[in-house]
Amino acid sequence: MSGAGVEKKIVRPYGDTTGDGMVQVSFTLPVPHDKRAEGAAIQLAGKMGIDPAMLVHAKQMGDGYTFFVVYGRVNHLVDVSAVQVVERDFPLLSAKEVNALVKQRLRRKLSVVGACIGTDAHTVGIDAILNVKGIAGEKGLEYYRELKVTNLGAQVSVPELVEAARVEKADAVLVSQVVTQRDAHLHNTREMSAAFREAMPAGRRPLLIVGGPRFDETMAEELGVDRIFGRGTTPGEVASYLAHALITSRRAAA
Amino acid sequence: MRKGLRERANQRGVACRRAAERGGGVRRKLDLDPVLVARARELARRAGQPVVDLARSHTTVSVERAVLRLAGVTGADPDGIPWVNRLVDAVVADVGLGHGVAAPVFDALAREDLTDVTLLAQKAAAGSVRFTQPTGKAATAARRAARKAVAAGVRRIDRRRAERDRLVKRYGDPKQRPWVYLIVATGDIYEDIPQAQAAARAGADVIAVIRSTGQSLLDYVPEGATREGFAGTYATQENFRLMRAALDVSSKELGRYVRLTNYASGLCMPEMATLAGLERLDMMLNDSMYGILFRDINPIRTFVDQRFSRQVHARAGIIINTGEDNYLTTADAVEEAHTVTVSQLLNEFFAHEAGLADWQLGLGHAFEINPDVPESFRLELAHALLARELFPDAPLKWMPPTKHMTGDVFRGNLLDGFFNLAGTLTGQGILLVGMMTEAVVTPWLSDRDIAVQNVRYVLGAAGGLHEDFVPAPGGFIQQRAQQVLREAVELLARIGDQSLLTAIAEGTFGIMKRPPDRGKGLDGVARHEADYWNPATEILEAEPAAERGGVLAAGETAVRS
Repeated sequence: MSGAGVEKKIVRPYGDTTGDGMVQVSFTLPVPHDKRAEGAAIQLAGKMGIDPAMLVHAKQMGDGYTFFVVYGRVNHLVDVSAVQVVERDFPLLSAKEVNALVKQRLRRKLSVVGACIGTDAHTVGIDAILNVKGIAGEKGLEYYRELKVTNLGAQVSVPELVEAARVEKADAVLVSQVVTQRDAHLHNTREMSAAFREAMPAGRRPLLIVGGPRFDETMAEELGVDRIFGRGTTPGEVASYLAHALITSRRAAA
Repeated sequence: MRKGLRERANQRGVACRRAAERGGGVRRKLDLDPVLVARARELARRAGQPVVDLARSHTTVSVERAVLRLAGVTGADPDGIPWVNRLVDAVVADVGLGHGVAAPVFDALAREDLTDVTLLAQKAAAGSVRFTQPTGKAATAARRAARKAVAAGVRRIDRRRAERDRLVKRYGDPKQRPWVYLIVATGDIYEDIPQAQAAARAGADVIAVIRSTGQSLLDYVPEGATREGFAGTYATQENFRLMRAALDVSSKELGRYVRLTNYASGLCMPEMATLAGLERLDMMLNDSMYGILFRDINPIRTFVDQRFSRQVHARAGIIINTGEDNYLTTADAVEEAHTVTVSQLLNEFFAHEAGLADWQLGLGHAFEINPDVPESFRLELAHALLARELFPDAPLKWMPPTKHMTGDVFRGNLLDGFFNLAGTLTGQGILLVGMMTEAVVTPWLSDRDIAVQNVRYVLGAAGGLHEDFVPAPGGFIQQRAQQVLREAVELLARIGDQSLLTAIAEGTFGIMKRPPDRGKGLDGVARHEADYWNPATEILEAEPAAERGGVLAAGETAVRS
C-alpha cells in the first residue's frame, strides 16, 4: 500500500515516553581515545540529528580506533503514511490449499527449480524455502505434494540453471543470494534474468523469483525478475505467491 | 602396515591425553558404555574401509599435481594457469592419468636433457614434449629421479615442521584452553595482515584467513598475492607465506606462537595441503565429506584427494579442522545431532588411516540448537561433552551459533556468551569466536572487539568451572548424550550394511543427496593402472611423521607440553 490518500501519521522514536525521540547508536571512529575523540563522536551524533547527544561509552580498540555508544534525542520525524513498501498482494494459503489449487486448476505438478547462482555457496536461503525441513516450523516446498522441486544447490552457473529450467519444464525459478560483495547479488540477478529472456520467449518463461537478505524488494522490475523476497520470508509465503502468480491471477486474466 | 601406522599415531596421543586430563579434566563425566563406544568405532571402520580401498585404488589430477609441486614445479603461465596444471594436462593427453604422472614426467625430463621440471612444464605446454609410460631401464631411472625430487620436497616440509616446533618452544603455546580462533576476511591479503595482527594482539591464538568464495570449485590453485577477492582471499602459496611471516612477527611481539589456518578443501585439497606444509601453516580446514555435501564435488574425487591431503598434513604436523558444524546449519541440531557424531567417527577413522595423530584432529561441532527449544543449553552441553568424551585426545573445534543469529545483535551477544560458556565447561580445544553480527555484515572491527571481550569475560570468570561441572548421574545431560551415541551407532550400523557411498547418495548427512557418479571434478579421477606409481605416497606411507627422530623429537615435546 503506498501513501496516496492516506492521512498523515507522524511518529518519532520512543525511549520511555511518547514523543521523547530517544535513540541509541554505536559506531567506531579511526582515532585513539581521548577528549577530542569523544568530542568528535558527539559532533557526528549531532550531524545525525541527535541533540542533545549523551556519550555513554567510549573504548579504544587497538592503536587507532575508538568504539562509541551514544544515546540521545533525535530531531527527525517520520511520516508513516508516506512510507513506500511492497505489501503482500496475494492471499496467504496453507499447504493444503496450495496443493488443492494446483491439482484442480493446473492439473499437473507445478515444477519449481531452485539454485544459488554465482560464487555464492551459502544454500541456507534456498534450503530453508525448498527443503522438506523448511524454517521456523514451516515445511519447505518439497513437502508440498503437488509441487515438483529441483534444488540444484550452490554455485550453479546461469547457463546450467537455464538448462535445468528447460529440462524440468519449470513453472518457476527460485534463486537465492546470501553472501554478496560489491553488489554481486544484483549483477548475478541481472545476468540470470537476461539469460532467461534470451533463451525463452516471453510466454514460455518461468516465473523468476529471487530472495536474500540484501535485496531491496522494490527492485524487481529493475532486475528483470517477477518478485523479490527479503529477509524472513517463509516457504508458505513463496508457495502462496506461486499459486497466486501462476494460477489464480493467470486464470482471471485468461 | 596400516595398522602399525595407527598404533604409532595412538602412542603419540598418550602425552596429549595427559595434557587433556590436566587442562580439560572432563573424562568419564557421561558414564558412556565403553562397549558401545568401541562398537561405534568398529562400525565407523567398517563403513570407512571400502572408501579407503577406493581412495587407494584411484588417483586424481590434483593428487598428481601435488606430487609435481613436491618435485619442484612452481609458477604459472601468463594466463595464471599453474605450470603443474599444464604439465599434468599434457601427460594425461599422451598417456592418461592412471599410471601416475611422476614416471612419465621424469622420463621426459631425462630424454629432453633438462634438470628443471618447471622448464619441462613450459615446453610441454608449448606442445614440444611427448610423454610415454617408461619401461625397463628407462622406468628405473625415471623412478629414481622422481623419488629424489619428491623426497627433497618432503624434506622441505619436514624442515618447516621442525621450525614450528622450535618457535613453539621459544614463544610458547597459549596459556589457556580453548585456543581463541578468529577470522579475517577482507579480500585483500595486505588488509588482512594488519587485521590479523590486531586480532592476535587482542587475544587471538589462531588466525583463520577466509578464502575467496568459489575457490573450492577451481581446479587449480591460483598464484600470487590476492588484492581483491570475494569475501576472502585465495588460498595461494604467496598469501600463505605473507601471512605466516606477519604472524611470526606477532608471535615474537606477544611471546606466544600465533597459529595460522587456511583451507584444504574443494577440488585442490592435495595441493593446498602441500603448499600449507611448505609454508608452515598450522591448521587446515579439511573435512572428509564437506566438499561432497556442500559443494557437490564428486564423492570419489573427494575421498581420494582427502586421503592424500591428510597424509601430507600428518607429515607437516598440521592440525586438521573438520566441518561437522555445517551439517547442523542445514539439518536440525537436535534431531540430527547423531549425524555429527557419526561424521566425527568417520573423520577420525579416515584421519588415523592417513597417519594423523589424535592431537591433529580438530573434530568440529557447533552450538546450533534453536534457542527457543526448551533446555537448549543443556542439550548443547550434552552434545559437546559427548564429543569431548568420545575423542579425549583431540583438540575439538567448537563452532559458534550461526543459524539462529537473527540480526538482533544484543540477543546474539548473549547467545555467544552461552556458547563460550559451553566451550569452557566441556573442555573444547579450539573456540571459533562467534560474532553477534553473524548473518548481518562481515564482522566490523567493533564486532570483533565485543566478541573477544565476551570470550575473555567467560574464560576469565568461568575458565575453571569444568572442574565443578559434573552432570548428575542418570540425569538429563547423561541421558541425552547416551541417546545421541545410541542413535549414532544405529546410523553407523545402517551405513555399514549399505556402504558409505550409498548413504551419501541417499542424503544421510546434511540432507543433501550426492551419488558417486555425479558431481564436480569427476573427469579428474582415474582408477590406478597396474603400473600406477606415486613417489609421494610411497614416501609418506613408508616413513610416517611419528617415526622420525632427531630434530623433530625435541620439537614435539614442546608441542605437547
